[in-house]
Amino acid sequence: MFTASARAEDTIKVGVLHSLSGTMAISETTLKDTMLMLVDAQNKKGGLLGKKLEAVVVDPASNWPLFAEKARELLQKDKVAAVFGCWTSVSRKSVLPVFEELNGLLFYPVQYEGEESSKNVFYTGAAPNQQAIPAVDYLMKDLGVKRWVLAGTDYVYPRTTNKILESYLKMKGVSEKDIMINYTPFGHSDWQSIVADLKKFGSTGKKTAVVSTINGDANVPFYKELGNQGISAENIPVVALSVGEEELSGIDTKPLVGHLAAWNYFMSIDTPENTAFIKQWHEFIKDPKRVTNDPMEAHYIGFNMWVKAVEKAGTTDTDKVEQAMLGMTFPNLTGGTAKMIVNHHLSKPVLIGEIQENGQFETVWKTKDLVDGDAWTDFLPESKIILANWSKELRCGNYNKKTKKCSGQNF
Amino acid sequence: MKKKRSVWSSYLVKLFSLIIFISSLTFADNQISPEVKTRSEAAAHEKAASVFENLLNQFKEGDFSQKIAVIKQITRLNDKRTRLVFERLVHDRLFYAKDATQRIYSAETTPGGYRLTDVISGQNIGEVSQGSVAKIKINNRLRKTLRTSLAQLDMSVKDPDIRLKAVKSIGNVLNEDTVKFLRTILPTETDYDVRTAIKASLAMVDLHADDLNVRLEAIKSLSVTLDPEFNTELKELLEKDSAGNYLEQDPQIIEAATNAIKKIESRVSFYEHLQTLFFGLSLGSVLVLAAIGLAITFGVMGVINMAHGELIMLGAYTTYVVQLLMPNHIDIFLFIAIPAAFAVSGLFGILIERGVIRFLYGRPLETLLATFGISLLLQQLVRTVFSPLNRSVTTPSWMSGSLEINSVLTLTLNRLYIIGFTLLVFLMLLAVLKKTRLGLEVRAVAQNRSMAKAMGIKTEWVDAMTFGLGSGIAGVAGVALSQLTNVGPNLGQAYIIDSFMVVVFGGVGNLWGAMISGLSLGLANKFLEPYAGAVLAKILVLLFIILFIQKRPRGLFPQKGRAAEG
Repeated sequence: MFTASARAEDTIKVGVLHSLSGTMAISETTLKDTMLMLVDAQNKKGGLLGKKLEAVVVDPASNWPLFAEKARELLQKDKVAAVFGCWTSVSRKSVLPVFEELNGLLFYPVQYEGEESSKNVFYTGAAPNQQAIPAVDYLMKDLGVKRWVLAGTDYVYPRTTNKILESYLKMKGVSEKDIMINYTPFGHSDWQSIVADLKKFGSTGKKTAVVSTINGDANVPFYKELGNQGISAENIPVVALSVGEEELSGIDTKPLVGHLAAWNYFMSIDTPENTAFIKQWHEFIKDPKRVTNDPMEAHYIGFNMWVKAVEKAGTTDTDKVEQAMLGMTFPNLTGGTAKMIVNHHLSKPVLIGEIQENGQFETVWKTKDLVDGDAWTDFLPESKIILANWSKELRCGNYNKKTKKCSGQNF
Repeated sequence: MKKKRSVWSSYLVKLFSLIIFISSLTFADNQISPEVKTRSEAAAHEKAASVFENLLNQFKEGDFSQKIAVIKQITRLNDKRTRLVFERLVHDRLFYAKDATQRIYSAETTPGGYRLTDVISGQNIGEVSQGSVAKIKINNRLRKTLRTSLAQLDMSVKDPDIRLKAVKSIGNVLNEDTVKFLRTILPTETDYDVRTAIKASLAMVDLHADDLNVRLEAIKSLSVTLDPEFNTELKELLEKDSAGNYLEQDPQIIEAATNAIKKIESRVSFYEHLQTLFFGLSLGSVLVLAAIGLAITFGVMGVINMAHGELIMLGAYTTYVVQLLMPNHIDIFLFIAIPAAFAVSGLFGILIERGVIRFLYGRPLETLLATFGISLLLQQLVRTVFSPLNRSVTTPSWMSGSLEINSVLTLTLNRLYIIGFTLLVFLMLLAVLKKTRLGLEVRAVAQNRSMAKAMGIKTEWVDAMTFGLGSGIAGVAGVALSQLTNVGPNLGQAYIIDSFMVVVFGGVGNLWGAMISGLSLGLANKFLEPYAGAVLAKILVLLFIILFIQKRPRGLFPQKGRAAEG
């Protein structure tokens, strides 16, 4: 016991808060392994500030209240310097008060609906303007899509994203009757009527596309039904915002070929950084068949930025590291350089890929430059006037440009 | 045995000589034809062939719009190899060598790399490693162009179904080229359906012609179709301006279009109801399949088995394992998987009954908690053994696709098979319970345990067998579900609530009840969905069941007699 605590003082602890059991284990287990790999690699390079890093892994078991408890445990009992974790928006919302109360640091690696900027959270996944909006732009300009189906699972991320998209489409002159919005329960498996509706909606002669925020498990029966009812990617393309390499690896990909996905990273991107990352991953996990995906890249960038920020600040103190993070840069895996913006979001390239039979994406379109993540969307009137800026001049995540006041709320 | 073989060998000899004879004929044909050709024709042919090769080489570089231009040029060439090249390209099977030759190959994936065939000469090259060739990239726009070109080639095929499909895919891209093409083939087309389809496609264009008669004729040909896009086109004719007047000037056209739309819509709504009926039946049969095992364990034995969903999941995983064991028999592995899944889930069921449940008979709350614990245990077991990721089970080719009755009514094949499969399982189960000794004993034990025991029935053995039977059926349901949804650790959870709902609604202890209630719940769900949306429809059905159980706590078909009172 004594030796353990004595040793603990020579290490810097890093919390890993990902579900290893329950519904979300399917996506989150990989991120736990990614973190272990990154910590391991950093220790081989000599650790941080002369100390070894130690990963503290807890299992919140896909149970949202348990996320808050485990976060408290990490921060109070284990005294971790930073936490990397969460997947669903609801789990993030659940731990947020804990991180703000105990002044911890959370790195959140998944694309999300935006409308949030906390002093204690760094959002290393995409905001809507780095994924959903560019995807719609691509469909509109390159494929000439005129009619839109916004299909999603019934929870906070799809609801907010679709609200933003609907308002954006209307701004672009798409009329109400050319937009169809559809929500389904988690894990929905009987898609017959919805796909039949979608087929009817799409067969008016105008080019139709589906923007899908359908969550993980429900995707397989959805794409299967599309295939069976004879809807191919050429007639009605589906752009998925939450289907990545990891999800594809458990699917019979035949019915999906040609459908699209929008991300900020694809495993198929051919850069020296990415090749090295994939090699490192395969060596660590000891399985050459495992894939890499977008949230893994987000953790890769987030972790390395944190390491650089701690080195710059010379301490793991939350406030000092938080300030050191702003403006921090680190090369991403797609050949650019990610930068941490003052609103705690990253700059990212946006890629659109077509699904191939081997479960990989073929990039068909990509933004010329990196896009800065926007915490508060410009396409909803109530969010347009809100600004997030954590640099010394403002230090506010929810600043109303009209009333010139910080709402006081921390997120 | 020996005699048989000699008969066979004589057949083989005959067959062989026939093949030689035929091939010699075609060979002779090949020999003659160049002589018949005049020299200039041969030269022109050669030139066209080399143009073809040159064009083909342009696929390697250039952006997608350049590639589209190349496809159009190649289509005009009418080269015999076009079809093969386009088909390979559209299926991502066209590669080029990374070495200096840069030749274009058609490739099949093999474990070590690719097996190549030269598309220009048709020569077989053999296997190469993955890195030595690169795929020719295509995107959706390119695929669409390719399919249109392929469809044009398809129009010369004998099978009218293929021609019909071809017309439809050409009809999706009406431009000057395709309209001209359709007009040229219309007079030579003999099949009625194909002619109707061509006419309808052309009518889309003729609708906007100047001649009144041409337009009326176009409306007439559109009125026999069901495709929504033709319907919208007709509706656009009837659009009004802001003052409420028709934009269309000619009253004759307005009248004809109004009538045509009325005619189409009444037929469309008829077929749409038929389709909803099909959707409802198929959802219902999935519910029945998932619940029927439970109807035995819960209904007949009175055990609340929360691990029932996980037994379904085990069946699905067994399907996955069987698929892994026989990778070269994708079309038949399901038939092996059905008994295998029955055995695996049945054994697990017997284990659960012998290990846990038999100590808890008559204590429903403890049984519920214990089986819930088992369900978590089984979930974590597959997570550890197979990883938490979903596993992919391929759909055999005979189960994918659909039966297209017309453009409104399409019956997906996998659903059709599952409806049939459910019926089969149901009938077999019914036969087991009604016609076999086991069934008799099961019914006896269910009705009066102590009396059955007094008659010399080994009730413990019957309990284990009944539970095994119910669990085995759950495993068989898992095989069917692996074709519809994810095979993952959470598969069972998605169906456990629905299964209990079906059994409770149908009336405990009654197979027919489970059947009727499953089907009617499926139908109710699907008929509500268009009006209420998927989320609300589910809630409404649940609400209905709660109210129904208030009124009739024993379900649709309650058990009668003294046994029911106990």
